Amino acid sequence: MARQMTGAKMVVQALKDQGVDTVFGYPGGAVLPIYDEIFQQNDIRHILVRHEQGAVHAAEGYARSTGKPGVVLVTSGPGATNAVTGLTDALMDSIPIIVLTGQVPTFMIGTDGFQEADTIGITRPCTKHNWLVKETDKLADTIHQAFHVAKSGRPGPVLVDIPKDVQFATGRYVEPKAARVSHYQPQVKGTIEAITDLVAAIEKAERPVFYTGGGVINSGPEASRLLRELVDSTGFPITSTLMGLGAYPASGKGWIGMLGMHGLYEANMAMHDCDLMINIGARFDDRITGRLDAFSPGSKKAHVDIDPSSINKVIHVDIPIIGDVGNVLGDLVNVWKSRGRKTNAEAVAKWWKQIEEWKTIDCLSFTNSEKLIKPQFALQRLEALTKKYDRYICTEVGQHQMWAAQYLTFEDPNRWMTSGGLGTMGYGFPASIGVQMAHPDALVINVAGEASWLMNMQEMGTAMQYRLPVKQFILNNERLGMVRQWQELLHGERYSQSWSESLPDFVKLAEAFGAKGIICKDPADLDDAIMEMLNYDGPVIFDCLVEKHENCFPMIPSGKPHNEMLLGNASTKGAIQAGGAVLV
Amino acid sequence: MSALKIKKGSSSHSAYELRDPNADIVEKHTLAVIVDNEAGVLARVIGLFSGRGYNIESLTVAEIDHTGHRSRITVVTTGTPAVIEQIKAQLGRIVPVHEVHDLTVEGPSVERELALFKVAGKGDQRVEALRLADIFRANVVDSTLKSFVFEITGTPEKIDAFADLMRPLGLEEVARTGVAALARGKK
Ligand SMILES: Cc1ncc(C[n+]2csc(CCOP(=O)(O)OP(=O)(O)O)c2C)c(N)n1
Ligand SMILES: [Mg+2]
Repeated sequence: MARQMTGAKMVVQALKDQGVDTVFGYPGGAVLPIYDEIFQQNDIRHILVRHEQGAVHAAEGYARSTGKPGVVLVTSGPGATNAVTGLTDALMDSIPIIVLTGQVPTFMIGTDGFQEADTIGITRPCTKHNWLVKETDKLADTIHQAFHVAKSGRPGPVLVDIPKDVQFATGRYVEPKAARVSHYQPQVKGTIEAITDLVAAIEKAERPVFYTGGGVINSGPEASRLLRELVDSTGFPITSTLMGLGAYPASGKGWIGMLGMHGLYEANMAMHDCDLMINIGARFDDRITGRLDAFSPGSKKAHVDIDPSSINKVIHVDIPIIGDVGNVLGDLVNVWKSRGRKTNAEAVAKWWKQIEEWKTIDCLSFTNSEKLIKPQFALQRLEALTKKYDRYICTEVGQHQMWAAQYLTFEDPNRWMTSGGLGTMGYGFPASIGVQMAHPDALVINVAGEASWLMNMQEMGTAMQYRLPVKQFILNNERLGMVRQWQELLHGERYSQSWSESLPDFVKLAEAFGAKGIICKDPADLDDAIMEMLNYDGPVIFDCLVEKHENCFPMIPSGKPHNEMLLGNASTKGAIQAGGAVLV
Repeated sequence: MSALKIKKGSSSHSAYELRDPNADIVEKHTLAVIVDNEAGVLARVIGLFSGRGYNIESLTVAEIDHTGHRSRITVVTTGTPAVIEQIKAQLGRIVPVHEVHDLTVEGPSVERELALFKVAGKGDQRVEALRLADIFRANVVDSTLKSFVFEITGTPEKIDAFADLMRPLGLEEVARTGVAALARGKK
């Protein structure tokens, strides 16, 4: 069982034994022994990124689109500090990734050695857990523990810091099944009493709504399947956070669209007026709740979450259920069925009538133009022309991200990769690289803003080197659009520093990397241009010049309740009944 | 266009609503946290408190099981009931944390703290200091012609009271350990 090998070899062996096929990384002095081992094997593919932040986002894209953890290998000092944004992003969005960092040799730690950084100290608050390995004998076990922690309970990023002398020294390798059993074993099964309470509430509810989040997707495909079964057989409406899109299909009969700050009118109104809110794997984020003391004032609230600290953190709930979403949903469906599949169908039908009325407002309507490409129109065309493909969508952060969430539709989980909790500009492009690595034959599109895209544009080199045909669909408004929108609405139209000046010629930029560049500014040319992008076998930068001053609606301004949504251009048709609704 | 009806040039609105609507009653709780005695575990606990803006009134830590490498961290904190619940849940989430006990709510408990007081009074002050130390069952652990060092154990309140009495008698320096606490009874 126990085999002797160098620490560097152990790293590669442990990754293989954990089923890793792809590592995103960047070499440097403190990880040279590990790179030497990577050179001498063919089981694990190493993807050389162009910046360590890109490696972490790529690993996130890989993880989100496969459900498997993503793996990153970087050097000490600057390699590690460049990974910090990605670690924080993964922590906020509960993405399982394992980051391996090189470190100066143990005998040099604390001497301000070349490329020494206190990686453990720096990354302690932005990882789920991290380890400094000081003995080669403990290295394999620690890596196995790291995978266990990253994947168990609420998933998240972990980091293992490996000094260079530990990589050179020889020690005892242990296989995953021989590794220590961790005491870290989060509760996955919900208590049956709480689940029964929720079933009783489901049976009586007159105005129920499912409010689901990224936890459903993290729990795995079975959780999505059970969610669909429960929603469809109860006939209740369902909304989702940005992170949860795809867990329930957009074509499903219960779907009422995304909720939150830029969510759909009907979804937010349903959250405000419901009498039973069933939160499954979401966390009452402030982009969802709006003003806390006005959040869904009349509802009984149930909350299913694997992380006990998510329960009652910001919103007090009546029925807390701690457990894994898939596990709890399985029990919930069984108990509900065994008690006779009851719902208050008559009241729920009336509730649906109300929701249908809200839908007639058509909150996503916008004034189209024949001269300029409206960003919403661009996404409607992208949706129409790519819907039939095996499609994965990534985004950057800004208006384009919200429009993508509003105008693109998702039928399956793991198809939508966006930086939700941290809102990291520069996430989408490297994430699309990670997704394409995991799904070589799929259509992978990154819906980007020009400003965000520039933040990690160096990854064009990676896309070219590995022949990854990622499509960069840039909605170019020559503005930090979301910042501009807030300045218009909240800061007296003082547009401080929110222009994208001195932009590159994106077509030439693409060509400089050997990729294809497409520019489109006339709505009449848009379909042909999108088809040209889809038909090109290789990376494409699509520079879609859009209206510069379009605002993203609906919008719940910060500090406002759900029923005080700004609707922009949507027609009001007199269907708004809730008292105090401010429609402008 | 200004959808919020804010006049051009105005600065009446800020972007975020940050007030805590639940800032009401503040309670003091003593928590016992059983952790793996590994490098950095105390930093994780302290980082949690500073990172999330929780209060630490007192904190003690020492290994309590040398073979199992377990340490006990006793932390006295204050917060609203909801914040106290959050603190416990957040502590429970830290990977090397095994148990979190709220001694304030889990039934009666005993709390003790040890303190050393250096008192350098003159004449009658020395006599008075010794007399009060006797009443408080404080021991003299060092004495010179010009000073005493008293050792006292008790609740934090008792130690506060002793400090108040020693101050006019030439109190020079105080060292306190922070609170150690256990639940009463068999288990
Ligand atoms: C790394 C980072 N810096 C700053 C911000 C703040 N921010 C949010 S959206 C935005 C503008 C994004 O501009 P662009 O990518 O062009 O997207 P648009 O809103 O124009 O669609 C900025 C600066 C951020 N989210 N991330
Ligand atoms: Mg822009």
